[in-house]
Order: sequence, then C-alpha cells, then structure tokens
Amino acid sequence: MDEEIYKENILDHNRNPHNREVLDEYDLRGGGTNPTCGDELELFVKLGEDGKVTHATFLGSGCAISQAGASMLTDKLKGLPGQGMTLAGLKLLAPGDIYSMLGIHISPGRVNCALLAYRALNDGLKNAKA
Amino acid sequence: MLDTKAIKKDFPIFEHEKDLVYLDSAATSQTPQVVLDAMNGYYTSFRSNIHRGLYKMGEEASEAYESARASVARFIGAAPEEIVLTSGATASSNMLVRMLEESGSIFPRTPLGFQGESLEDEIVATVMEHHASLIPLQELAKREGLAIKLVPVGLAYGIDYDAAEKLITPKTKIVACVLASNVLGTINDVRRLADLAHKVGALMIVDATEAVGHIPVDVKKLGADFLYFSGHKMLGPTGIGVLYGRKDLLEALPPSVFGGGIVEKVTGESATWTSSPKRFEAGTPNIAGAIGLGAAVEYLGKVGVENIHAHVRELTSYAFEKLAQIPGIHVFAAPVEQNVGIISFTIDGLPAAATALQAGVHPHDLAQIAGDSNVAIRAGHHCAAPLMQTLGVPATARASFYLYNEKADIDALIEAIKKAQMMFAK
Repeated sequence: MDEEIYKENILDHNRNPHNREVLDEYDLRGGGTNPTCGDELELFVKLGEDGKVTHATFLGSGCAISQAGASMLTDKLKGLPGQGMTLAGLKLLAPGDIYSMLGIHISPGRVNCALLAYRALNDGLKNAKA
Repeated sequence: MLDTKAIKKDFPIFEHEKDLVYLDSAATSQTPQVVLDAMNGYYTSFRSNIHRGLYKMGEEASEAYESARASVARFIGAAPEEIVLTSGATASSNMLVRMLEESGSIFPRTPLGFQGESLEDEIVATVMEHHASLIPLQELAKREGLAIKLVPVGLAYGIDYDAAEKLITPKTKIVACVLASNVLGTINDVRRLADLAHKVGALMIVDATEAVGHIPVDVKKLGADFLYFSGHKMLGPTGIGVLYGRKDLLEALPPSVFGGGIVEKVTGESATWTSSPKRFEAGTPNIAGAIGLGAAVEYLGKVGVENIHAHVRELTSYAFEKLAQIPGIHVFAAPVEQNVGIISFTIDGLPAAATALQAGVHPHDLAQIAGDSNVAIRAGHHCAAPLMQTLGVPATARASFYLYNEKADIDALIEAIKKAQMMFAK
C-alpha cells in the first residue's frame, strides 16, 4: 500500500525507458536540473511538416519517478503515428497533466522529480525561435 | 554504549512515533523533554522582553537568556561575551561576512578589480563547505574583487593538507573550514589550518554545525577566530544559533544588522553602538530558543559529549560493516576514527546483476522506500554541491547517527535497502 508510488508501470518505464536517445535533428531542445538532487535531463522534439511531433526523446539519469516521467512524457508527445501533439498543444501542457499521466500520488518532496522532463520541455519551448 | 532505552524516554518523539528509525540527525536532531519544558517555562511563567522590563518577570527573562549564553560559552570553551546568539548557522555566517566587510580595520577593502587585473587578496575555503558557509564567501569575493580558492579532498575523504599549505599564502585574508563534513562525516584537523592561517595573518572561520554537541569542541584548542553553529542539530530548538568570535576581534567589528537594543546614542542622522556581543543582537531575539538551547547544552553535558561520540562511533563502525555487505554499494565517508557519525552512500548495483539484491537504486527512490518503512534518511546533494562534483555523483543517500540511535536502527536501514533493491530488480 505504502509503495503505491512505485506502481508496476512506473517501474517498467524506469527499467526500460522509451525514447531514451539523442536526436541529431530536432526543433526543440531543452534541459532541466532537479535542484534537490542535481539530476539532469535533456529533452529533444522533432516536428513533422504538418506541425505535429514526430519524434520526442530524452537523455539523462535520475530516480525512477523522473525517468518514468520522461519516458511517458515523450510517448505522450509523439502519440500514435501521425497523431503527435502540436506546438500549441505542448504549450498548453500543465503540471497537472504530468501528475495524471504518471497516475500516482506525488508528494511535495517528489514534485521536482515528477516535473523534471516537463521543465526540460518548457525550457525547449522557451528557446524555440517561433 | 549508551543506554538508548533510557535515553529514548527523554525524547517524546519516540513515544509519539513508536517505530520511528531516525537516521537524519545531521539534518536536524530530535528534542528532549527538558528543552521543551525550559521553553514552555518561559512562555507560561515569565514571558517578557529582555534587557528592558524593570519588573520581576523581565529580570527573570533577562537572567534566563544570559544564563543560556553562559552555558553555551562554557560548552565550547569561550567567554559569555564572545557568544552572539543568532537565528542559526546560516545567519551567523552571513552576518559575520558582512561584519568583516564593513570593518576597515580587520579586513582592508581592496578596490574592485577590473577584468584581467591581478587580484591581491584571497579567501581559502575547502571543497567540503556547506552552501551556508561557501556562498556568503563567494558573494563577498564578488563584491570585493577577491579570489576564492578551494582546498580539495585528499586521502580517506579528508582535507588535502598539502594542498592547503600551498593555497594559504600571505595573500590569504580568510581561511574557512567545516569542522565536520555534513556529507562525509570527516572531522577535519581545523587546528592545522588555523596555524597556517595565523602564520600569514589570515582569520580562521570554522563552521562547527555538525560538530558541536557531537564531539567535544573547544574554540581555543581549535584556534578558531570565529566559529558558528545551529541549535537544532544539537538537541536545541530551530531558529537559534551561535556566532562565536574571539573577544578582541568581536570588539573591533561593527554590527551588520541594525535596530533596537544595539545603540549607545542615536540622533536623526546616525547612531553609535553599544558593546559586543549585544551590538550584534538587534531587535528582540529568540528568547525561548536561547533558553531551549541552554537546556540542550545542559542535557548534553549530563550525558557527556565524549560518551555520545563513543556511542556514535560504535554505531558508525557497525553501519560500515553492514553496508559493506551490500553488493554494488559505494560508501562516501571518512573512516570511523575521523567520523562524526555521518555516512553517505549510493547503491549503484552490479553491472550484470544476477540476483535481485544486486540491483541499483537511485538515492531518492531509496529514501522514499525507506521512509515508507519509517526509516528516515536523507537523499540529495546535502547543500554541498562543489563536494558532490568532486565525488562525481549528483546525489547520495545519507544516514547519520546520534545518542538515541541503536544497532537495530542500522539493521532496519539495511532491510530497507534490500527491500528497495528487490523492487528495482530487473
């Protein structure tokens, strides 16, 4: 019961993270640091001609929550083939979306872990030209 | 070893949290009932401001406050007039830097250096410093155009004293060193650095936050010009701390925080200051906190700091032995003879983990899983980022021991580590 935070899907994403690679060609690239532990994460996003995300990847190490968060977030950005999120959609993502995506209770002590990839995405959006 | 059954009875938290395994005293210690009673006594029977009221309660409060100052002074081999009561080590450190900066006499101002200009004066600190000690010095260096140099870590997670000898030169104005590292547990040979500092006319500042109340501390024996610590890591309440300054040095320094209670004469334009240490305690201080700290010091004196250290040393040694049996563990800690009772570690796991008990676990995940079994440890960079960079890890898990801990607490930690490894097994 107590370990509810380490649900099987979280542990799965941590063991075998999706999209854990560098993109050589990308439209967005952002970084984030967890101020409580110094874990660092970089996130890359490539948009297709229709303006939808075709590739989303990340690189970095960290705790299970931050790794699962990055793995699930990059999956979410890509969506099903041809159904990636749009730039406008990325901008609308809020911390609440990340918590629902993780599907676990995030205590105040783990907020920085849960939002590490989300912060990297926002950093990328801030750096984007248009 | 100490009779922990009896000692635990002195701490109401263990009555309230019956299965608590508290291994985070390096972050903050627990509070004995005598400290709570002393503070409660002030609030319930003689609450009034100090140094002002001419009525009986006012005198009682002043006496209790000054008697706490005297207890603290005795505890670290200082005189009462060398003790400034602050809100904690961070406040002490910041105040001190500003006081030194404002005083032309002790710390001559150097003109702000232009780019490329060779900078004359230097500050030497160690890479082990806590952010509370390091950052005020960094900011001072920036404002005044000084260079700041860090003594690296040497053998057995101690200071590299040979490097210190080379770094401390006639250019050095301040040498700062932590007495006990909050990450590695290392008890540093501060005296050795103090002698080097004094040989070149530099001031020796000591951060004794993890040391006072854990090992015997004597400011004179250490050769400290200034030394500071917090009450809450030595059984006292939060929000109270100490800045010790050698009498002649304190007397020459101006205040850096201004307000009531520190003045001799005030006109519309300016003010002159009263004597030290009162000059450095503007405004109504944390009276209850000071009284609580005084009671903590008396309690520690009764148990005996030497006895506490011997007890903690035995626990540290036991923990080293148990942790060493975990496959893929990396321990970052000074050997038991030089350790204040703090062990940092990471569970890296084995590359090709054959069994579940060889899995790696991130410090945050470990601390959370341990916490779920009511085993309180810490994970993170412990506000010592430069040291973590030296160690080459972003974060560690940290267990710290104090008088109320017992070997069973370490067994519980080992169980929690195993449980976490099982959860994270591939």
